[in-house]
Amino acid sequence: MALDSKIPKGPIADKWTNYKNHIDLVNPANKRNIDVIVVGTGLAGGSAAATLAELGYNVKAFCFQDSPRRAHSIAAQGGINAAKNYQGDGDSTYRLFYDTVKGGDYRSREANVYRLAEVSANIIDQCVAQGVPFAREYGGLLDNRSFGGVLVSRTFYAAGQTGQQLLLGAYSAMNRQIGRGKIKMYNRHEMLDVVKVDGKARGIITRNLITGEIERHSAHAVVLGTGGYGNVFFLSTNAMGSNVTAAWKAHKRGAYFANPCYTQIHPTCIPVSGDHQSKLTLMSESLRNDGRIWVPKNIEDVKAIREGKLKPTAIAEENRDYYLERRYPAFGNLVPRDVASRAAKERCDAGYGVNATGEAVYLDFASAITRYGKEQATIKGLDTNDAALVKKLGQEVVKNKYGNLFQMYEKIVDQDPYNTPMMIYPAVHYTMGGVWVDYNLMTTVPGLYCIGEANFSDHGANRLGASALMQGLADGYFVLPYTIGDYLSDDIRTGPISTDSKEFEEAEKEVKEKLNFFVTNEGKHSVDYFHKRLGKIMWNKVGMSRNVKGLTEAIAEIKALREQFWKEVKVPGSNDEYNEELAKAGRVADFLELGELFAKDALNREESCGGHFREDSVELDGEQKGEALRNDKDFAYVSAWEYKGEPSDAVLHKEELEFNDIELKQRSYK
Amino acid sequence: MGSMNLTLKIWRQKNANDKGKMVDYKVNDISPDMSFLEMLDVLNEQLINNGDEPVAFDHDCREGICGMCSLYINGEAHGPDRGVTTCQLHMRMFKDGDTIFIEPFRAKAFPVVKDLIVDRSAFDRIQHSGGFISVNTSGNTIDANAIPVNKEDADKAFEAATCIGCGACVASCKNSSAMLYVSAKVSQFALLPQGQVEATDRVLNMVKQMDEEGFGNCTNTGACEVECPKGISLENIARMNTEFLKASLKG
Repeated sequence: MALDSKIPKGPIADKWTNYKNHIDLVNPANKRNIDVIVVGTGLAGGSAAATLAELGYNVKAFCFQDSPRRAHSIAAQGGINAAKNYQGDGDSTYRLFYDTVKGGDYRSREANVYRLAEVSANIIDQCVAQGVPFAREYGGLLDNRSFGGVLVSRTFYAAGQTGQQLLLGAYSAMNRQIGRGKIKMYNRHEMLDVVKVDGKARGIITRNLITGEIERHSAHAVVLGTGGYGNVFFLSTNAMGSNVTAAWKAHKRGAYFANPCYTQIHPTCIPVSGDHQSKLTLMSESLRNDGRIWVPKNIEDVKAIREGKLKPTAIAEENRDYYLERRYPAFGNLVPRDVASRAAKERCDAGYGVNATGEAVYLDFASAITRYGKEQATIKGLDTNDAALVKKLGQEVVKNKYGNLFQMYEKIVDQDPYNTPMMIYPAVHYTMGGVWVDYNLMTTVPGLYCIGEANFSDHGANRLGASALMQGLADGYFVLPYTIGDYLSDDIRTGPISTDSKEFEEAEKEVKEKLNFFVTNEGKHSVDYFHKRLGKIMWNKVGMSRNVKGLTEAIAEIKALREQFWKEVKVPGSNDEYNEELAKAGRVADFLELGELFAKDALNREESCGGHFREDSVELDGEQKGEALRNDKDFAYVSAWEYKGEPSDAVLHKEELEFNDIELKQRSYK
Repeated sequence: MGSMNLTLKIWRQKNANDKGKMVDYKVNDISPDMSFLEMLDVLNEQLINNGDEPVAFDHDCREGICGMCSLYINGEAHGPDRGVTTCQLHMRMFKDGDTIFIEPFRAKAFPVVKDLIVDRSAFDRIQHSGGFISVNTSGNTIDANAIPVNKEDADKAFEAATCIGCGACVASCKNSSAMLYVSAKVSQFALLPQGQVEATDRVLNMVKQMDEEGFGNCTNTGACEVECPKGISLENIARMNTEFLKASLKG
């Protein structure tokens, strides 16, 4: 099947408006006869479910958590971008569009990104109307902050809990519709398959996680807002339950999976402390506004620090290597995430890591504390040479800006970041790749839609800070509710979809067989045993830096691990009760397939772009020596993989990317 | 600090109909840098490898924001540390040789599902009854800056809105009252101009639903505020009482 992205014709600024003017609509009376399933209740799924219900569709929403409010969007810290230009600093729809395409290293689809920038302003209006308590200035208007990789202040925020507040906004909109009976909510339900009838997505199979009951649910269309697949690395900043299963089942039913190798490794996370580690914690990118990143210049100092004989604060300025400021004088500590992450890895690989594992660098607030302290002393007419006073005043300013993050750090690491530099290291955070969708956000399966992080569309090879929340809500509140109507307008006479068809029966049978296999298999290793081993392969060979040898080995190792998993996995308990190990087994089984496709995709893409860094594609000389080298001539396409059984048999389809409104340039942050 | 050997006394209950009982377990070589839930991961791995059933507990984000984790540890919701959820509680709060009691959040309105997992859907139903502002996303609302909001009110609304819905307030209250939880949502909207329009119905409906779910009355002991991992203030309860009184006089 040839890929058709269905991008509307015409100038980029008019595409979305023209599109909306010409699509087919469903009249309000007919919407009452149409059912839509929404899987996932994060920013994308939650906002879509609420809006579809407001429009009049009958919505069934599903989440695996005990409440829709638990979805992992809740953990997003920093903010949400919107081209409001409230600061009058030159922002516009075009500039947000441009920054997003450039930040994504020219691997996203122009038309989708422009639409995202266009609806971004409306998101803020909507959220304020819903009662989302964004940060405000003393005059009562909304405040903004700036984020990495851009030149304007367009990020709206609610302290370090922006994702929480936006998700609770979407949750409240859902609650209103649940109360009215327009959304039927299924908590603690996990989707285990998509059901296709006559080639169209017409329902899903779910497992009730409390009772173990397998259920059939039908609808005229199915929407997946099921998040990213970062947990394929075992350790990531994702929630423990975040998984690829819904997206992977869709893939197996014919939805192409796009750019699986595009993964964002976030530079500022709390380092791994030991083998017991179950997940990683992010420290917001906003910290890089004030923190300076460094490692010792001298290897003897590194050794002394690791042995506990030397404190970082005792190392003199001239013996510190502020490597980002050294390598990237123009952007310094505010280079984009992928660049900052690789630079940390480079220093640690060279032996300069500052903790016991050798995988940590410092993020130091001492100079910001002094700078703010002097500023405050001046404002208050106090002695700017009184070091103790300056430190105290400066610490207060930093506490106001980042208090919750500093507290979180102290609880985890047991060190006081006001008085000693934080230790940080990159960690898997977000996946730009995902289910391939066209301009309508429909997958290659008719009637099956995919929104938010679960799809691939807007961030190219690297996502800018504060853009994930924007995309999730744009898809759910403002894009999907329009585009799905165009499809559903053909279904006004269809009537309810029966769950008694052979398609539902067969899908249910397959699901049950797999669950039965797990609980009866006489294995010897827990699910986590396999998940951790998969994570190690992914991190070591498909992580921040990739090469042909490592990727080839990873593909073989993951395949072997998958075979071992199906022989030796041990799942206690039964399938007719609450059984977390059983749920995890299904998720890890899917990660073991995705992981191999991920490595295969990384092997295919013989260029460095965004979060995907190939050691064999770097600048060989000049000012950019050693930096990532993109290859637009051969790789300016989306890799969309078609399922054919084993991941090694997956077939590559290319969606060529056309850039009519932005000139392709090398990203330079020097 | 070296590693620890601990005795765990954990509530085991097969399902909602089972009677349930405390069971003793031993875990060894626990690092002080582990989180409490990572310590339970170690126990579960041990149980699985021995052919036993792992202990069921709720958890997801493991960074203190989703509100999914619970646990009543040594008689305190989210354990002995302050300002953290169980997933952020670290083993350095305990000593080698300690015996730790681990129970589910207990309240009539939170029935046990299995082991340490409880059903908190009563919280959701309270929100369905009024925890929202009735604006459609499918329309065109006014510009976000059309109505200025006093910064102090906005900040207070935000502080109330940081409630994570974990239920520690209910578990800590001798009456199993949900006043802190409900008042946090009522306060958030009461403090914002956008929330005024439906203020009367909201507080009446949410309080009514709270009572119907079987939560107890508030007798101002303040245990909820002490144990709240997010520091939600008792002021919110006072504000809700005012709102409720205003609404009752109107209604």
